[in-house]
Amino acid sequence: MSLSKDQVQHIARLARLELSDDEYAESVKKLSKIVDFVDHLSEADTEGVVPMAHPLDVAQRLRPDAVIETDNRDRYQQNASSVSGGLYLVPKVIE
Amino acid sequence: MMDMHAKSMTELIAGLDSGEFTSVALTEALLARIAAHDDTLNAFVTVTGEEALAAAAAADAARASGQGGALNGLPIVHKDIFCTQGVKTSCGSRMLDEFISPYDATVVERLARAGAVVLGKANMDEFAMGSSNETSFYGPVRNPWDLECTPGGSSGGSAAAVAARLVPAATGTDTGGSIRQPAALTGTVGIKPTYGRVSRYGMIAFASSLDQAGVIARTAEDAARVLGVMAGFDERDSTSIDHPVPDYVGGINESIKGLKVGIVRQHFDEGLDPDCGDRVRDAIAVIESLGAEAIEVDLPNIDFSVPTYYVVAPAECSSNLSRFDGVRFGHRAENAEDLLDMYCRSRGEGFGDEVKRRIMTGTYVLSAGYYDAYYLKAQQVRHLIADDFKKAFADVDVIAGPTAPTPAFRIGEKVDDPITMYLNDIYTIGANLAGLPGMSVPCGFVNGLPVGLHLVGHHFEESTLLRFAHQYQQVTDWHTACPEAFQ
Repeated sequence: MSLSKDQVQHIARLARLELSDDEYAESVKKLSKIVDFVDHLSEADTEGVVPMAHPLDVAQRLRPDAVIETDNRDRYQQNASSVSGGLYLVPKVIE
Repeated sequence: MMDMHAKSMTELIAGLDSGEFTSVALTEALLARIAAHDDTLNAFVTVTGEEALAAAAAADAARASGQGGALNGLPIVHKDIFCTQGVKTSCGSRMLDEFISPYDATVVERLARAGAVVLGKANMDEFAMGSSNETSFYGPVRNPWDLECTPGGSSGGSAAAVAARLVPAATGTDTGGSIRQPAALTGTVGIKPTYGRVSRYGMIAFASSLDQAGVIARTAEDAARVLGVMAGFDERDSTSIDHPVPDYVGGINESIKGLKVGIVRQHFDEGLDPDCGDRVRDAIAVIESLGAEAIEVDLPNIDFSVPTYYVVAPAECSSNLSRFDGVRFGHRAENAEDLLDMYCRSRGEGFGDEVKRRIMTGTYVLSAGYYDAYYLKAQQVRHLIADDFKKAFADVDVIAGPTAPTPAFRIGEKVDDPITMYLNDIYTIGANLAGLPGMSVPCGFVNGLPVGLHLVGHHFEESTLLRFAHQYQQVTDWHTACPEAFQ
């Protein structure tokens, strides 16, 4: 199945990725190939097969609800491109 | 001291214990080799010389007072996917080019505690997505056996550094073959343990249900040493499994006599280079000569493993990589018009082509109307594949075959066709889908390029794989071969 440019634009939008015109052309071509390739899965007979949840069939472990993290905000925020007064700054979202 | 770089960890321990050389001298010698060779290989993103010399001095002091862990004073390299406190942790991406990790991954912490000396951070495919190291923001790594060839990927920097004798062992990660395929293509040993065996805490996530950390080394014995330190339960990783860690080094000397080796017919089909097939068949004959019995096993759904992987892995990647939004860490685009523009442009600029392709593939297979046909279907097929392995392991102790369909390929050769590149992992992906341990062991050469024998074991049977590999290495010398320019 071939993907259209509209579909790829929709996917890129959902994935929050800005692509150049060249990247769109390339993506339409390559993503179509990938989708064709994974379409082979439809040939597998999976009638009544339970989807796999975990490679080892184990359940998620629970831990006690105890405080284990200390406050490292200042250290963590050193990797942010824009902070002020302990807050992360982003472009204005409310007019 | 001559030739320290050519020694295995086992030999280095003897040299350090006897006082023949110190960890500081060893570290200086390897740092000098890195300085001399890495312009050619590009195996490192960061060399941590100063920190390494300080750690080596501390290891020497510990040894002098009769203390020190299992790897005291031994040099290693970390794939740049493991968070290392105070050191750049790039994951091979522009997105994290300026990211200084505020904490250590559990793997980093455990190896440091055992006394290992970290020489630096290894180059890799961007976010571990690639089979050739060509997707790295820092440029391709070159294969020490032929500089025009790739070392495989995604742990290509780790594999190239070990093969070129810049370090005796390195950490790697394996989501679909990213430890085993580069090990095969560089003539090194690579082991990916059982899912949950090694903590993923601080290991930057690609596909959480498949990712597992492991080791690349030159001998099975060295791999056993390093894995023994890395493995074990970690409460900070919710998928870590609380299962006792056996003495891997102690177990490798046991004979493999009477054990059964499964051979999968499909693994020797037309996709395999005939010369590689011959080397692998020769290796299986050697294993039989050691008293193991080869029998044919059937994995009827194994042909679906690559398409299954290319639904599950991109789906998980699209979800995991949504954390890179330009806000808390990572690249942020300048002069954004609004929040959405900032997200889209930061991600558009920060990620390379292959990563974008996988995010979009994942977004597509998870999107409304396609989820059942792709994601759900793939998880069902994954169950079939895992069940096939389970049945096979009722009859055999290991499954043996080729690690990769061809020897190392040329840089640029497969970069334009994602499907050809994806098929590099055709023999390794099954183990990730089923959560099984897998290993690659050097088993010969084709036109001067190394070939790997692939071994897969039952859950938590890393010790069986290491034992097979070690016994094989006792009667063969492929692992001692060194690329000419790096002797």
